[in-house]
Amino acid sequence: MPKTKSKKIDLDAKKSRHLFYQMLLIRKFEDKAAEEYTKAKIRGFLHLYIGEEAVAVGVIQALTDDDNVLCTYREHGHALARGMDAGAIMAEMYGKQEGCSRGRGGSMHLFDKSINFFGGNAIVAGHLPMAVGMALASKKQKKGNITCCFFGEGAAAEGEFHEAMNLAALWKVPVLFVCENNLYAMGTAIRYSHSVQELEKKGAAYGVESSAVNGMNLMDVIEAANEAVQKVRDNGKPYLLVCNTYRFRAHSMFDAELYRDKKEVEEWKKRDPIPEFQEFLLKQKIITEKEIKKIENQVDSEIQKAVDFAEAGTWEPIDQLTEFVYSENETK
Amino acid sequence: MSQTIKITYREAFKQGLREALQNDDRIFLMGEDVGRYGGAFAVSKGLLQEFGEERIMDVPLSESGFVGAGIGAALAGMKPIVEVMTVNFGLLAMDQIVNNAATLLHMSGGQLNVPVVIRISCGIGQQLAAQHSHSWEPFFAQVPGLVVLSVGTHEDARGMLHTALQSPDPVIIIEYTSMLNLEKEISTDMGAVNITKAKVIKSGKDISIITYGTGVYKCLESADELAAEGIDAEVIDLRVLRPLDEETFLASVAKTHRALIVEDAWRSVSISSEISSRIMEKAFYELDASVKRLCGVEVPIPYPLHLEQASVPQKSDIVKAVKRIINP
Repeated sequence: MPKTKSKKIDLDAKKSRHLFYQMLLIRKFEDKAAEEYTKAKIRGFLHLYIGEEAVAVGVIQALTDDDNVLCTYREHGHALARGMDAGAIMAEMYGKQEGCSRGRGGSMHLFDKSINFFGGNAIVAGHLPMAVGMALASKKQKKGNITCCFFGEGAAAEGEFHEAMNLAALWKVPVLFVCENNLYAMGTAIRYSHSVQELEKKGAAYGVESSAVNGMNLMDVIEAANEAVQKVRDNGKPYLLVCNTYRFRAHSMFDAELYRDKKEVEEWKKRDPIPEFQEFLLKQKIITEKEIKKIENQVDSEIQKAVDFAEAGTWEPIDQLTEFVYSENETK
Repeated sequence: MSQTIKITYREAFKQGLREALQNDDRIFLMGEDVGRYGGAFAVSKGLLQEFGEERIMDVPLSESGFVGAGIGAALAGMKPIVEVMTVNFGLLAMDQIVNNAATLLHMSGGQLNVPVVIRISCGIGQQLAAQHSHSWEPFFAQVPGLVVLSVGTHEDARGMLHTALQSPDPVIIIEYTSMLNLEKEISTDMGAVNITKAKVIKSGKDISIITYGTGVYKCLESADELAAEGIDAEVIDLRVLRPLDEETFLASVAKTHRALIVEDAWRSVSISSEISSRIMEKAFYELDASVKRLCGVEVPIPYPLHLEQASVPQKSDIVKAVKRIINP
């Protein structure tokens, strides 16, 4: 297991509290989603981000509003970190038309164009070529924004990962590939799916600069992400950032977790990024116990509001079933 | 009266491409060997020199990668024309076409439309054997969210791209390599064409021959032969395989009361099976004879010329089939 390094990053108190709030929001939102799933309010596949919060929060804080974000089907955390309304996400998972994708997508397909959040993509590695294309468009349009693409280590075994890395490097486009290595592609451990398990090494084959970071430590992720984003922005070239992390919960709600030892999970839980960051903030006197309590209460109330919003949401009339197959406006 | 010029199917495409590139800076062509090689089938020859490498992009052999990149570029405000060298390689990009291009509008609740145009070479008839001889229009036509065009005439080779580029949604243009050198006369002022309707290419009263792609000229020639024998066949080019324009062929069947559907694609679960079903469902009482189909034989296409020809409907098969329907 990688060691947590102590980092010195200038985070002002306001931003620190905000990031702490986001991590806690993701954690509690996911807990609530699991609860709603057991009540059958949420159906289909539900993939929880619990344990990996530092990655989404640490990377997304480094982006600007104009940057594009593409994620996998384990994307609730990224959507929240990007600023998507928790109610719109919960309503989406309920399948209500007030959801961010009008309920058409569900848990795996959260979209919000207004914040440049492009899914919620559930074909492993299928969104990597799209991310390259978006970055190519930015380059052609001289827009100056970058595209940030999250994927798991399972995706790095797909051909589309390799094609995307090659194209991005060949075309010199501003895309940040963020590999969230949580060690399991569903139930297959990385040692059974990658001949080279230090995934950052895969960058060299394509001339893509890369690095690996302890994804269980927010400060480490922030430092690595800030640096990576700056590089992509400055030189317009791709970068591969591998965040080594771990998911505490099962792959999906259907997973009996036969493939990993409970002790292993318990070991990783000792490195939970949230208490660690909380500890850090307390020690640095950036935050007080009282403020933490206040943040917890705010998070609880935001989540309750999200659930209330989803509950109050409405079902799209069946006579609208065939909408959004083709654009109505033929001259868009 | 407008003047006509003689033009190859290839040149018609090239003119359409050049015009598109001239008209809109957001449009660029990307594909394997489209630039320095001049296009695998010389369709884009000279365009690199004319428009530069930003607009005419050679790409590596990464079908999924560059088709996906085209989709991403379309999402981000560009108007890419992605050329897939042949439909068999196109299978490697099927994930991008089916799972991304065709679904994003729907699963984002209408937020993300994908204005990408994907041109794919297709067809049987050049002794290229089982891995390079395909009529796979049905694969694409099955997918809601795609607009699927089949270029059966020179007018469409010249004009479909223009209209496809106006579409807010992904358009697959199926082109036929076996027709590239074929010369036909088209009007000199030929430009954009409609991409929502099938077309009655030849009007007739005795039977509706419904076809697309390489079937169009074959059926027209068959109709000429039949005319000499006093049979007045109507020929319909479907042109748009999704969403299907059923109005045109149903109206034709209502007029002729007989239908033969001709395609190179394998018979089972094909375009013709869909057309046939719709005629049964919606024009059954118009029929004086059962609907017949001439399709590709269900075999991986073999190399030898005589076996290859026996794999897909020929003009003589069409003539024979029509006569059998009319004089059973």
